[in-house]
Amino acid sequence: MSVAAANLPKARLGIARLGAPLKLLFRNRLAGAGLIVLVLVCIAALLAPFWPIPDPDKTDLAARLVPVGTPGHWLGTDHLGRDMLARMVWGTRVSLMVGVIATVTAAFTGSLIGLVSGFFGGRLDNTLMRLVDMIMALPYMLLALAIVAALGPGLSNAMVAISVVNIPFFARNVRGQTVGLVRRDFVDAARLGGLGNFSILFTEVLPNVMPVIVITMSTTVGWMILETAGLSFLGLGAQPPTADLGSMLGEGRKLLITAPAVSVLPGLVIFVIVMSVNLLGDGIRDMLDPRLKSGALSRPGPRTAVALGATQKSAGHGDTEVILDVRKLGVAFNVRGREYRAVNQVNFSVRRGECLGIVGESGCGKSVTALALMGLVPTPPGRITSGQVLLDGEDMVTAPLKRLQDIRGNRVAYVFQDPLTTLHPMIPVGEQLAEAVQLHGSLSSTEAWAKAVELLDLVRIPNAAQRARSYPHEMSGGMRQRIGIAMALANDPEVIIADEPTTALDVTIQAQVLRLLDQLRRERGLALIFITHDFGVVSQMCDRVMVMYAGRVVETGTTEQVTERPAHPYTRRLLACVPQLGRPGKGLVSIEGRPPQTDRLPEGCAFAPRCAMATEACTTGKIEMRQVEDRHEARCLFAEDVFRGAGH
Amino acid sequence: MRTYILKRLLFVIPVLFGLSLIVFSIMALIPGDPAIAILGAYATPENVARINAELGLDKPLPIQYLTWVGHLLTGDFGRSYSLDRPVLDEVLERFSATLVLAGAAFVLCAIFGLLAGVVSAVRQYGLADKIITLAVLIGISIPSFALGLLLILFFAVRLRWFPASGMINIYGEGGIGDVLYHLVLPAITLSVVATGVVARLTRSAMLEVLRQDFIRTARAKGAGEMRVIWRHAFRAALVSVIPVLGIQAGFVLGGAVYIETVFQWPGIGRMLVTAISTRDVLLVQGGVIFVATCYVLFNLCADIVQSLLDPRIRT
Repeated sequence: MSVAAANLPKARLGIARLGAPLKLLFRNRLAGAGLIVLVLVCIAALLAPFWPIPDPDKTDLAARLVPVGTPGHWLGTDHLGRDMLARMVWGTRVSLMVGVIATVTAAFTGSLIGLVSGFFGGRLDNTLMRLVDMIMALPYMLLALAIVAALGPGLSNAMVAISVVNIPFFARNVRGQTVGLVRRDFVDAARLGGLGNFSILFTEVLPNVMPVIVITMSTTVGWMILETAGLSFLGLGAQPPTADLGSMLGEGRKLLITAPAVSVLPGLVIFVIVMSVNLLGDGIRDMLDPRLKSGALSRPGPRTAVALGATQKSAGHGDTEVILDVRKLGVAFNVRGREYRAVNQVNFSVRRGECLGIVGESGCGKSVTALALMGLVPTPPGRITSGQVLLDGEDMVTAPLKRLQDIRGNRVAYVFQDPLTTLHPMIPVGEQLAEAVQLHGSLSSTEAWAKAVELLDLVRIPNAAQRARSYPHEMSGGMRQRIGIAMALANDPEVIIADEPTTALDVTIQAQVLRLLDQLRRERGLALIFITHDFGVVSQMCDRVMVMYAGRVVETGTTEQVTERPAHPYTRRLLACVPQLGRPGKGLVSIEGRPPQTDRLPEGCAFAPRCAMATEACTTGKIEMRQVEDRHEARCLFAEDVFRGAGH
Repeated sequence: MRTYILKRLLFVIPVLFGLSLIVFSIMALIPGDPAIAILGAYATPENVARINAELGLDKPLPIQYLTWVGHLLTGDFGRSYSLDRPVLDEVLERFSATLVLAGAAFVLCAIFGLLAGVVSAVRQYGLADKIITLAVLIGISIPSFALGLLLILFFAVRLRWFPASGMINIYGEGGIGDVLYHLVLPAITLSVVATGVVARLTRSAMLEVLRQDFIRTARAKGAGEMRVIWRHAFRAALVSVIPVLGIQAGFVLGGAVYIETVFQWPGIGRMLVTAISTRDVLLVQGGVIFVATCYVLFNLCADIVQSLLDPRIRT
């Protein structure tokens, strides 16, 4: 531990302060246990000369192979009557020493190669790295054997062999890190400050690659102990009378049947040491490189978890023209003990053939709302906390997974933002389309493929039959987005949810894709939920608009109402952000400040801190939606004033 | 695609050249006179000179290297003095035994490692994940030679289910069934560590992939979980696991040394250990270069399989 702790980056702790990282390490209970066991083993081995145990090399043929538990020989004796306990303590001492020396040697040499190679670059780097590649092209153990063959059997030679085969791991990892650092500002600054290459290397670069060295050490030290024990086991390492755990095992093997303890016990000790080293190593790695921490990668489940508070009454509705009715939808994310209420009591409905735009800044909850409709918000950390999503009167929030899967991609389809990451990179697009078709029908593979080509044709992909065999990375951004649209159309859905489908595209392509979506919607009479941050796009596409802020709906109305006569200060500010052709005099305005964190929303209006019209009344109580004209509502105390153009 | 494979094939040549250079230089470092190793400490100087001339050891190192490589290319690995037979014959015979063992272990580690990794990732933090993680931790910490001894003790000595050593029953009929019967314990022992490593990597690769947007797309299409996991996620995760499988192929080839010693398996690892103690240089050299070449070719295969799976690599 002292090595690992002392090597932590200087920025994070003074070398004297071991307390904090130790505490951090012990938070990982397994790593803490590994550390304790390892420390105990080390103490036992280091204090070997002071234990009241017999001389490990003293033979006593009269007491050969006495069983475990015999007084005087607690762990029995071996075939020469030597005390097993004493031999194990001394053997552990040798094994640990050899393992540590091999690790330190490999770490030192490998890191030096890596540092020099990465720092100086050029031909030196090339040569050194080719050499490292060569060494890595040999199977690990085979190289060790070859080196032992050349140097001859013996403990120190085995140690050399094991550290040589581990050098490449250090060299590679350290070089990678160094190359990244060399281009950073502080290295340039040091150079300008007149420091020489070697000073920079050891005072600026080395402290920053230390975590990598420690991580590599912690992952290889277990191997090195195992492998040196292995060479000794084969008779190529420790030579009699010196014994390490491996050679004890090797000798004991001959007595396996008559006296299993003689070989099993040293094996057990090796196992305990390596296991605790590995546990500790994992702990250190998690601590130094949180990115690799197993907990950091959480995998979303098949649907969003649902944790509804009070039971809700499913009220049927009479209006059969409404295809999707969302009531009091709430979605929260639990991250590190904080609850972020990304979507809060959101109500809206979409009629057949209608296009609803959902507008807001990033982080306002519009994408989360869209994903929540079909249970696609990742869990963990997300969950639906309230509300209903009624598709033709059927609640999707409480529907069984199987039912939900029947509806996804079939009656309700999605078009996602970035088609490069949302299409599977290793499956030809035609196959991905055919899959979408086959999931919800009884078409054969050939028929599905034909349908896929037809879909590509529909979204105007030239040479559809040929293009179907392409992979996503072989297509342009606009083409990929059309593939996304084609996939959504695969089963003639009733609702398409398009989440910023054109944000990743350039302007001309954007216009084409929008026109395509609009045309398909009108031809097929499907309802479209269009999520965007761009009011320009909204006025081109949508019948109605819903503006969201900090997880709440702040204004709804027809496109004309909201864009011409906004009733919420936030909407007005958003509209002011849209550049308008032919009005060069109108300067672009941005909204100062940022949307609030949804884990601690202020009381009252969430926009108040950024609002020029805010009064004291805005920061108390709950603010309801106010109607300003037919079907036009806004969540503002001064909605009528804003609506009439008052304020500024 | 074809150009990629061709490029990759061409790249093998310098690697093999480098390998031969490394192996040769290590062997050239051997202190002491090989002739004395052959003839014993009491050899006459004339005999030593004669043997050195016979082995070409009186020539300068570069010439020795070129002669050796030239001979290798024609399939002449020299003659083992301790066994008094051509090195290549011995190496081929022993390597085929190792290949059976390592091949079986590799298949086991690929199947169980991938399966355990996927299950572990899909059931993250669940009971199955915890059990697998613990098993993996034990698996990669246990010395394979000790595990082999334990398995022998339990399954061969106590239960008498499987034989404790050898590759075939020398008094029996032989045949594939007999080899498989002898193979069970050593193959399992050899595969444990590799399985653990593969499972660990598969788990993290799957976790990484399962968060990707295209998995959400698959779910948005209405795909069932089995399809999402195996057809979409596993396929993408496999690409990053395959190089690790290549490394594990080398690991089981090298790790076979212990297992062959524990189970008295007549493989190339045991041959090398014996050859090292008898200082049979040509045998060690030939064995190492042969196994290393095979390993390079395995990795070539791994790269090609990877490129077949991932169209982005080909271009």
